[in-house]
Amino acid sequence: MSFKIERIPAPLWARPLIPLMAIVLTFVLTATLILLANANPLDAYYYFLIDPLSSRVSAIEVLVKATPLLLTGAAVTFAFVGGYWNIGVEGQLYAGATAATAIGIHMQNVSAWIAIPLMLIGGFVAGMLWALVPALMKVKLAIDEVVTTLLLNSVALFMVSALLNGPWRNPISQWPQSPDIAATAIFPKLIPRSRLHLGFILALVIIVILWFVLTKTAFGLKMRAVGLSPHAAQFAGINVQQTMLISALVSGGIGGIAGVSEIAGIHYHLIDAISPGYGYTGIIIATLGTLNAWGVALAALFIGLIDTGAQTVSRALGVPTYLGDVIQAALLLVTLGMLLLQRYRITRTRSES
Amino acid sequence: MIEATFVTFLVGLLGATLRVATPLLFATIGELYTERSGVLNLGIEGIMFLGAFVGFAIAAKSAEAELAGYLWLGLGGAIVVGLIMGLLMAFFSVTLGVNQHVAGLGITLLSTGLALFGFRMIFGQSSVLPSIEPFAQLSIFGDLPILGPIFEQYLLTYVAFIVLLPLAWWLLYRTNYGLELRSVGENPEAADAAGVNVFRVRYITLALGAALMAIGGAFLSLAQLGAFSPGIIAGRGWVCIALVIFAKWDPIRAMWGALLFGGVFALQLRLQLLDLVDIPFEFFLALPYLVTIAALALAGRNVAYPGAYLKAYRRE
Repeated sequence: MSFKIERIPAPLWARPLIPLMAIVLTFVLTATLILLANANPLDAYYYFLIDPLSSRVSAIEVLVKATPLLLTGAAVTFAFVGGYWNIGVEGQLYAGATAATAIGIHMQNVSAWIAIPLMLIGGFVAGMLWALVPALMKVKLAIDEVVTTLLLNSVALFMVSALLNGPWRNPISQWPQSPDIAATAIFPKLIPRSRLHLGFILALVIIVILWFVLTKTAFGLKMRAVGLSPHAAQFAGINVQQTMLISALVSGGIGGIAGVSEIAGIHYHLIDAISPGYGYTGIIIATLGTLNAWGVALAALFIGLIDTGAQTVSRALGVPTYLGDVIQAALLLVTLGMLLLQRYRITRTRSES
Repeated sequence: MIEATFVTFLVGLLGATLRVATPLLFATIGELYTERSGVLNLGIEGIMFLGAFVGFAIAAKSAEAELAGYLWLGLGGAIVVGLIMGLLMAFFSVTLGVNQHVAGLGITLLSTGLALFGFRMIFGQSSVLPSIEPFAQLSIFGDLPILGPIFEQYLLTYVAFIVLLPLAWWLLYRTNYGLELRSVGENPEAADAAGVNVFRVRYITLALGAALMAIGGAFLSLAQLGAFSPGIIAGRGWVCIALVIFAKWDPIRAMWGALLFGGVFALQLRLQLLDLVDIPFEFFLALPYLVTIAALALAGRNVAYPGAYLKAYRRE
């Protein structure tokens, strides 16, 4: 008896079930670690999935955690749909955060109606610029973008570190921390006495725009065609280079907005730890959301829940918070494998006689 | 007087260059082999991290149990966990044939998460980092005048440059396995037609490559530092990804790349201490990445990627 993989697409109704099945399988796999930590997996999953939603404070915190993830998830999706493998959202986020800080600290005596749009534009442009070189190398010279975008992530971190150890170093405390942005440049809070800020609304707007562009516009159709097969798209008369360039740059711009949102909504100054890897988590979210705008939104909220839950699990059961990171990584790998079920079916065959 | 100081400075710099280059050489050769078989393993950063952690954890616990060869047990553990992660990467990239870069990043995230989880579980949240007595440096030519300090290196550094590198070159260019490896990376269809088992060659290569990455990580925790901390790898895996391209997928050029990076890194540390130049030290740290990107841009369409780079092979 052996197994054979056949190219049989799954029926349409079954496709949204695949990420759900992946979530269940991931939880089953990671139960081993929870047992190793001398905790009951069922208790852990209660604290992961239910407890954060049972109080108003922690439910709002889930939305706070989901905000940068909605943005990086959207950024990654915009590139991946267009067949551009932008692994550099982390660096684009730092570029956007740097621009937001540079603009924000000079916004004393400027109205919020000017300061906030200026920071958003600055962050978007900075993210685009950070994405520009690999994108041009891809479309003009056919140089694989995976490695170039990845390497620029490290460069972005060094750039931020150089700024924080140099011109922006706090002169009194000597901490590597930039001056605070002006009060008018700070994103307004959506709910008083919470951390939920304007960035969450912005992120939702960007998700809606993502959905609209991908499904309702001619450009979205072109992007998907290029993503499926650049050669076929070329035959169909689509300008592949231009389409790919735009998806790469817009992706970088959205990554930049994620940086603006973290600066203006959470930290109010630049530190080198503004992102614990949101750019990479964006790849998890885009994959789990099957490159679909609503899927991305749900996936970002789910990962926000896991992030919040990891802290609850740690407090209640003494399981290290890093369990949340392991679950997210395992979820990415399991989803990646299970998405094959969209296109293939595994069948058992009798061994040849 | 000034000359003597300069010679001491230079000798110290050369010694440090070899030390910094050692983990890079192990991991770069691992990644180079992996890519020559047609697979990009972005799990490298996480596998180095996990190797550093598992090596350290086993060594620390064995030392507690007063086992004599505790460092070697740690190194062995790192190799085993490297092999496992390599096989996992092979399962995704070879058997399932999914996106290699997304799978590789998944391996990095998983390895990093597992290592940090394990670190908290075993060593708790103490404010003092646990440490072990690390590998001692050998002083083979220690009594050599002036140049002696250059040869004061760890055994693993000698292994990297004198054993691993020639072996990697010989295996790749002079053996049947090397020929099969290069053929499955260039043209898997033709290799398959010629009777090479594409899947088996890639599985073996990915496992071996990841074991080398794990040794590179374990060198840091077991030899250079004698400790493990969350910032121990700090992007060295990504440097290796850059070095493989810089080396045009050739082991000997990879050695020069690792030495060049090691030299710049060691020099940067010394200049920072001397406070002589006004260039931020981060510029030197970013240099290998920028040089690689520039080299790629200059080579343009002539970059000789392995033919089947990033392509899964399916028999259909």
